[in-house]
Amino acid sequence: MRREIPLIITGIVGIVFVVQYFIPHWPFNRMNAWFSDWFSIVQACAIWLGALNLLKISLEKIARRKSDWGYAVVIIVSFLLIAIIGFLEGEAFRDPGTKFTWLYDFVYTPLSSTMFAILAFFVASASYRAFRARNFEATLLLLAAFFVMLGRVPVGDALTAFMPEGWRLTDLATWIMNFPQTAGQRAIMIGIALGIVSTSLRIILGIERSHLGGD
Amino acid sequence: MSTRVKEILVVVLVLLFSAVIYAGKVSGWMTGVSFSPAVSVLVIVALAASLIVILVMTIKGRLVGRRTVFLYVGFAVALPLFMSISQYIPTSPEVRSLYEGLESLPDGSKVLVSFDYDPPSAPELQPMAESFFRYAFDRKFKVIIMGLWPQGPLQANQAIERVMQDEKYASLGLQYGVDYCNLGFQTGNEFVIQRMGSDFRSMFPTDYSGTHYEDLPIVRNVKNFSNVDYVFNLSAGYPGTIEWVQVAVDRYGVKLGAGNTAVQAPQCYPYLRSGQLIGILGGMNGAAEFEKMTGHEAKGTKFMLSQSFSHMIVIAFIIIGNVAFFMGGRKSNLSA
Repeated sequence: MRREIPLIITGIVGIVFVVQYFIPHWPFNRMNAWFSDWFSIVQACAIWLGALNLLKISLEKIARRKSDWGYAVVIIVSFLLIAIIGFLEGEAFRDPGTKFTWLYDFVYTPLSSTMFAILAFFVASASYRAFRARNFEATLLLLAAFFVMLGRVPVGDALTAFMPEGWRLTDLATWIMNFPQTAGQRAIMIGIALGIVSTSLRIILGIERSHLGGD
Repeated sequence: MSTRVKEILVVVLVLLFSAVIYAGKVSGWMTGVSFSPAVSVLVIVALAASLIVILVMTIKGRLVGRRTVFLYVGFAVALPLFMSISQYIPTSPEVRSLYEGLESLPDGSKVLVSFDYDPPSAPELQPMAESFFRYAFDRKFKVIIMGLWPQGPLQANQAIERVMQDEKYASLGLQYGVDYCNLGFQTGNEFVIQRMGSDFRSMFPTDYSGTHYEDLPIVRNVKNFSNVDYVFNLSAGYPGTIEWVQVAVDRYGVKLGAGNTAVQAPQCYPYLRSGQLIGILGGMNGAAEFEKMTGHEAKGTKFMLSQSFSHMIVIAFIIIGNVAFFMGGRKSNLSA
């Protein structure tokens, strides 16, 4: 039954979601509303599960003195600090001027922005060391990147200001984005969509069972 | 001097520099500090000359390491913030169509704004949010805010606070619950959008601070998407613009405009070409273009000089790297 019940739930919910898209009337619209609400509830519980799991893993790391256990201490302290302050401030914890908002604005926001900003340095360094015109395809990619990087910033327009309008780097970048790039994206999206349809059908019909932990 | 000592020295210097900048900002003497156009040009010439020196060194077989690249990226991002050079920002068709879509709405229209991003993407998306709010309040739009990402509604609060620091908007006497409201975050990704198609209140029984949906005059007559004139989505990934297109646009016929990070924007172009998206603001450039079109030049425009410089530096180093590749008999030896 540990395998059959999840398979039945998946099958019913999957079929209802497919049918209600084409027949948005009773009873399918009602069932769609129930299942969507349940999905939100299950996902809200999953957030708790994820948070508690993070705590458990971090505590285990500290208890067993695994490598970099100091970072686990930082995780637990930060987690508890922000959670306790949030709970203490009640329902209006996200209002401007609260301690929670202060932590969000002046600790969380700068830290996470800094982490993301470091990408600029790594991207530049990686481009310098690895972006090579090794063969025809790589050269095409390099040229496209060259024109888009220049054309997507105002300096590209300034560098080709002597050219007539419609022939400047910004126009070239727009053309690359609108045509070759969009064509490539569409091909990828159609491929992904077909893959999702076939995998979803296999899961709904119970043919694909790997998500249940079996073969 | 060993590499370790050099690294520590650089960190100390950066910290000192940051402390001086912060102290200057707090005490006020930094405000308005900027290089004159002549000094700015000199700085640009010096940077360009040093890059040519690096190119010559590379041709001679002396390669620079990644720390040099980091240093140049740092210069490219930081120095333009002090430069007094203005750039002409051309407007792309996708930004123009988004703007025209908004212009076609009558004053006082109801607009839903979904904040689907978190602080790491804020440098690109927050300027879009701020200029959108400025434009919306100018046009007396009724703005309903929500988020499919937990941090989204907080980003919206930051943007509103920032806009309200401007005397013009503070004096408008905008009322929470009447002119704008923040419904907060709801879990469920695209299922939230789907449920909103039939009933907003089922997903947002209260706003983010606990006020009941029925007690907010702005949404009292809003049952589903048919009561909203326009949806603007600010997105940095999943769930985001693609989900809004697939559910809200395809199923409920919503008018949708989007602001995306530069990384995500290319994925949304197919929807733009097919007419499912009215327009896209892509990355900081999109924000700057939108600011220009709405006549509120702010952060996006200011930071475009840094963006231009950093793109130029990356391109310069790609060229230098390729020179090294071809000079070295097509064997990359840039492992430093």
